[in-house]
Amino acid sequence: MILQIANLHAKVGDKEILRGVNLELPLGQVHAIMGPNGSGKSTLAQVLAGREEYTVNGQVLFDGKDLLSLSAEERAFMGLFLAFQYPVELPGVGNLYFLRTALNSVRKHRGLDELDAVDFLAYAQKRMDLVEMDRSLMSRSVNEGFSGGEKKRNEILQLAILEPKLAILDETDSGLDIDALRAVAKAVNALRSPDRTLLLITHYQRLLDYIVPDQVHVMTEGRIVRTGGKDLALELEQHGYLADAKDHTLPVGGHR
Amino acid sequence: MSLNPGTGLGQMVVPEPDGQPQWLQKIRRHSIQWVAQHGFPGRDDEDWKYTRIGPLLAIPFEPARASLPTSMSFSDLDSLVGNFGGPRLVFVNGFFNPEWSSLTQIPENLLVMALQTRLHQEEESNGRHLFPPPNNAFTALNSALTEDGAYIEVPANLRVTTPIHLVFIADAEADAPALLANPRSVVIAGANSHISLVESYIGLSPRLSLTNAVTELVLEQGAQVEHYTVQNESEAAIHLGLVEVHQQQDSRFYAHVVSLGSSLARHEVRVALAGEGAETQLQGLYMPRGKQHHSHVTTIDHQSPGCTSRELYKGVLEGRSRAVFKGQVIVRQGADRTDASQTNKNLLLSEGAEIDTRPQLEILADDVKCTHGAAVGQLDEDAVFYLRSRGIPDKEARDMLTYAFVTEMLESLALPALRTLLEHSVARQLSRESTGP
Ligand SMILES: Nc1ncnc2c1ncn2[C@@H]1O[C@H](COP(=O)(O)OP(=O)(O)OP(=O)(O)O)[C@@H](O)[C@H]1O
Ligand SMILES: [Mg+2]
Repeated sequence: MILQIANLHAKVGDKEILRGVNLELPLGQVHAIMGPNGSGKSTLAQVLAGREEYTVNGQVLFDGKDLLSLSAEERAFMGLFLAFQYPVELPGVGNLYFLRTALNSVRKHRGLDELDAVDFLAYAQKRMDLVEMDRSLMSRSVNEGFSGGEKKRNEILQLAILEPKLAILDETDSGLDIDALRAVAKAVNALRSPDRTLLLITHYQRLLDYIVPDQVHVMTEGRIVRTGGKDLALELEQHGYLADAKDHTLPVGGHR
Repeated sequence: MSLNPGTGLGQMVVPEPDGQPQWLQKIRRHSIQWVAQHGFPGRDDEDWKYTRIGPLLAIPFEPARASLPTSMSFSDLDSLVGNFGGPRLVFVNGFFNPEWSSLTQIPENLLVMALQTRLHQEEESNGRHLFPPPNNAFTALNSALTEDGAYIEVPANLRVTTPIHLVFIADAEADAPALLANPRSVVIAGANSHISLVESYIGLSPRLSLTNAVTELVLEQGAQVEHYTVQNESEAAIHLGLVEVHQQQDSRFYAHVVSLGSSLARHEVRVALAGEGAETQLQGLYMPRGKQHHSHVTTIDHQSPGCTSRELYKGVLEGRSRAVFKGQVIVRQGADRTDASQTNKNLLLSEGAEIDTRPQLEILADDVKCTHGAAVGQLDEDAVFYLRSRGIPDKEARDMLTYAFVTEMLESLALPALRTLLEHSVARQLSRESTGP
């Protein structure tokens, strides 16, 4: 197991957003989380990535280590990656410089040599080709003025460059046109490996047609309430989450 | 002769201006009387009340004497202030230092010399307007005491591409009294001429000093001047600087000031847009840390129609530092088609830091376009988290975002050598340990 989440709670102030999440992700698999708006999917992703504004309880083991005791940057060093639902714009921070700084910081902490500008550029260009990213975006400030689709693609480029063990993709498919979705899915599939786990957060079956998951989980009101195979997504698409809640009086509470 | 009854600076005994031309001695005496009569600006003075000069007045400064620097050697100079390949005039505590200066590579017809040389050549009728009437005690003090400075006269139509570099070193031995230096420079850019000028203020001495600098620039019709000021004096220093600009028709003035050093620094720019179609651009970057105090005061006086002014000042404050931006824009009656904009943005990196930002617009004409904006904020925590989630440690992430905030100011510098130098200085300033919490 690359990730084991047991009874995870998260609050902001008095507001309880995650109410006992249980989830296990084996190394090398692709899992999906679906669920209605506001059910806590992004919160789960942010909490896993190390966001500090939540009061968190429960246990999370990442690669056997206590994830919750680590800072956001330490989690990145260990190989955790989150593709943001809303990537942040960083005016004045050059994209290429940002990517190189991030990669070199991660490499340094993984005991690898840092790449110089020339080597990095060669590497980055290969990765850009993989995600079919317009090279002119590299000379601009990170995400500044990027279209919604360009921002999402930039997230996948970062994923491709940082080569994490666990990548959480929070609605990377939202805002992508059909061709962009196909290109991004192709890149993500190319990045699948026995050493890498993907957790896809999505609202749409279509993404899962391209990137076929091993398992699909349903989150409502801060809990994983159902887990199934790839067909579960199809069923949700047809009947919706509410219908699902009615039809299945006995929710599956994860793996506990 | 002493300035004023009182203590400290006010009680300073001013040496008799012997050995100077008669007309100059007269101006000097008048200036001292001016200080005695008007006193130093106090809390009731709009332009000074946010700059705490009270403690400064209590310090018994002494006029400096000509000397060689003791706190640095000549070979340090390039790395401290840069080398732009043109003429360089070095002043130590206000006095011209010919050994450290290089007056070669001056294009023909371009006049670059020490002000004292010029003053000794001048007749009263010409010399007088090198000393316009003072508008406060510090400029009067400068007129009374100025040791030296640069005199630059650019003939009409001459375009000088390599910058002229003025270096002002505040220097004192460890046991020296607190020294006062009053450099004064005069630049006259003839019609349609074009020059660029860098003023660097540095000091490595831990001894308290006061630099009270005045630079006057006259831009005749169609002239263009790029003017850079880098204030990086030691943290024991006090720095007061005034840049007074007179612009005639269709002239263009582009100024950049970067304030990094000094315990207390005040930089003032006064621009008179006296001729139609003149354009002025003022940019400033200040980065006080620890207990530093940086004030920037600007006055842009639109006296003629069709003039443009652009102002952008950015501040990054750390520790328990304090900064002031006061930007006055005056649009006189008849100065129609004025186009003025002013922006001041501040980044507060700590809770103890404080900024006062005060735009002040006085518009007496009808057909004008005037905008101003001021912003004070902290680093965007979402952005910090985004960087950290990519494996960039917290401190580095914050520095990166802070640097991004100031990078706009550095990118707009047209002198690559200066830009490189300042990139390093700014990075060093950011990584310097703050003395405050
Ligand atoms: N920092 C916060 N402060 C206050 N409320 C928050 C905060 N973060 C999340 N919430 C709330 O928690 C709930 C879950 O939000 P979250 O973004 O995790 O939902 P989601 O499942 O990702 O929804 P969507 O499908 O719309 O992206 C929402 O009601 C949201 O408003
Ligand atoms: Mg979400």
